[in-house]
Amino acid sequence: MQIKGRVALITGSASGMGRGTAEIMAQHGVKTVINDVNQGMVDEVVKGIKEAGGEVMGVVADITKKAEVEAMFKQVVNTYGRIDILVNNAGIFRDKAFLKMTEEDWDKVLEVDLKGVFLCSQEAVKYMREQGYGRIVNISSRAWLGGPGQANYSAAKAGVVALTRTLALELGKRGITVNCIPPGLIETPMWHSLPEEGKERLLKAQPMGRIGSPRDIARTVMFFASDEAGYINGQTLYVCGGKSLFANIG
Amino acid sequence: MGVQNRVALVTGSGSGLGETTVMMLAQNGAKVVVNDVDQAKVDKVVKKIKSAGGEALGVAADISKKDQVQDLVQKIVKQFGTVDILVNNAGIARDKGLLKITEEDWDIVLDVNLKGPFLLSQTVVPYMKERKFGRIVNISSRAYLGWPTQANYASSKGGLVSFSRTLALELAKHQITVNCIAPGLIQTPLYDALPDNIKENLMKSQPTKTIGKPEDIGYGVLFFADDEADYVTGQTIFICGGKSVLSSLSV
Repeated sequence: MQIKGRVALITGSASGMGRGTAEIMAQHGVKTVINDVNQGMVDEVVKGIKEAGGEVMGVVADITKKAEVEAMFKQVVNTYGRIDILVNNAGIFRDKAFLKMTEEDWDKVLEVDLKGVFLCSQEAVKYMREQGYGRIVNISSRAWLGGPGQANYSAAKAGVVALTRTLALELGKRGITVNCIPPGLIETPMWHSLPEEGKERLLKAQPMGRIGSPRDIARTVMFFASDEAGYINGQTLYVCGGKSLFANIG
Repeated sequence: MGVQNRVALVTGSGSGLGETTVMMLAQNGAKVVVNDVDQAKVDKVVKKIKSAGGEALGVAADISKKDQVQDLVQKIVKQFGTVDILVNNAGIARDKGLLKITEEDWDIVLDVNLKGPFLLSQTVVPYMKERKFGRIVNISSRAYLGWPTQANYASSKGGLVSFSRTLALELAKHQITVNCIAPGLIQTPLYDALPDNIKENLMKSQPTKTIGKPEDIGYGVLFFADDEADYVTGQTIFICGGKSVLSSLSV
């Protein structure tokens, strides 16, 4: 896999899947940019990657704010000279039954999970177009197929799939590919925070009887982000142990 | 890691996509089995792999015949002990308008493209179950979304997608994954033989304005066949430069 020396920005990479992805990319010689809203957490991840011998920088930015996104990419390009890979990973959720969902719950989730992807992609593409090279990997969620209590989250993540497909068509001829990964159940801090009986119920519904690890997502991100993947475009690949097969959009 | 020391069978690997895929698996350290109906083609590819330092076994067999499939798998097991990776790549086309498709055109395409993967999967899965490891990668086609003059071919390739999904669910608990690759336009001898104006039209409708190489498919196979791809199953990925996005069935 050819990915060494590429410059990758991973949003929301101070914890969970984003962090796992950034760390594994750095191990493969990718110049990695850690982004999150929390300075302390960003610093910790940067420190860890540096200690492991990786090349890395951290940028604290709120991806829902256009000015902060612009400044972030400027900083990356000033430091590394280019931006090859954008992993739109940052996401939040505010699960609630439909009638209990406030307008603020809706706006907040849509802003981070969908508008953030739009803003970051638009900014990244400005540079990628000039380079004639780019790889955008969007982290959606299996929940885009629909999930009770997730009206806001599933709508946002479905938007990410649609945005992926449209950008793939618009940017394909410029050497930029855009692909999407909807993870299923992955072992993250969020998973660990669930009550035991909830975990058990979820595990039972898994065809493999187990959950995935951030590593499963990371290696799929790298598959789409590598030089060799230039003919793979507009795709949505579930990393979910086969659970997506129970939904009718598979 | 990767496919190192795994035993990989690629059907229809005497030429085209299959040949490139089997070579890539060998380059990545897999013990490979080259299969085709044509012994001379098999020998040629085996020789190429061996002279590059790879480990390869060649077996000529018609994968639409149960006895030949069983014999093929026996030979592999005798030489390498098991089958870890099965790439169902062998395929044929007999493109014709609906009213011109003969029963024989229908049968032969369905036999090779769909029954072959069924027979092979059924024969190798017991070994995979025993070793609690298996990777099946089925090569479908973007044509499964439907394409004029391909009633037989599209049906066989659509069947292969459904087959992959069902097998994925049945085998998930046995650490066997089953995934599917649907190639779009790829530069093969078949493409090169097309008239220039047709090539131009095809290229125009490509979102990337490029055509894929056999290596693009091999790369997808390596991804699914990897030891570490153990949480990816039942999936169909198009390797088509984004052309699948223009159809409604592409997620």
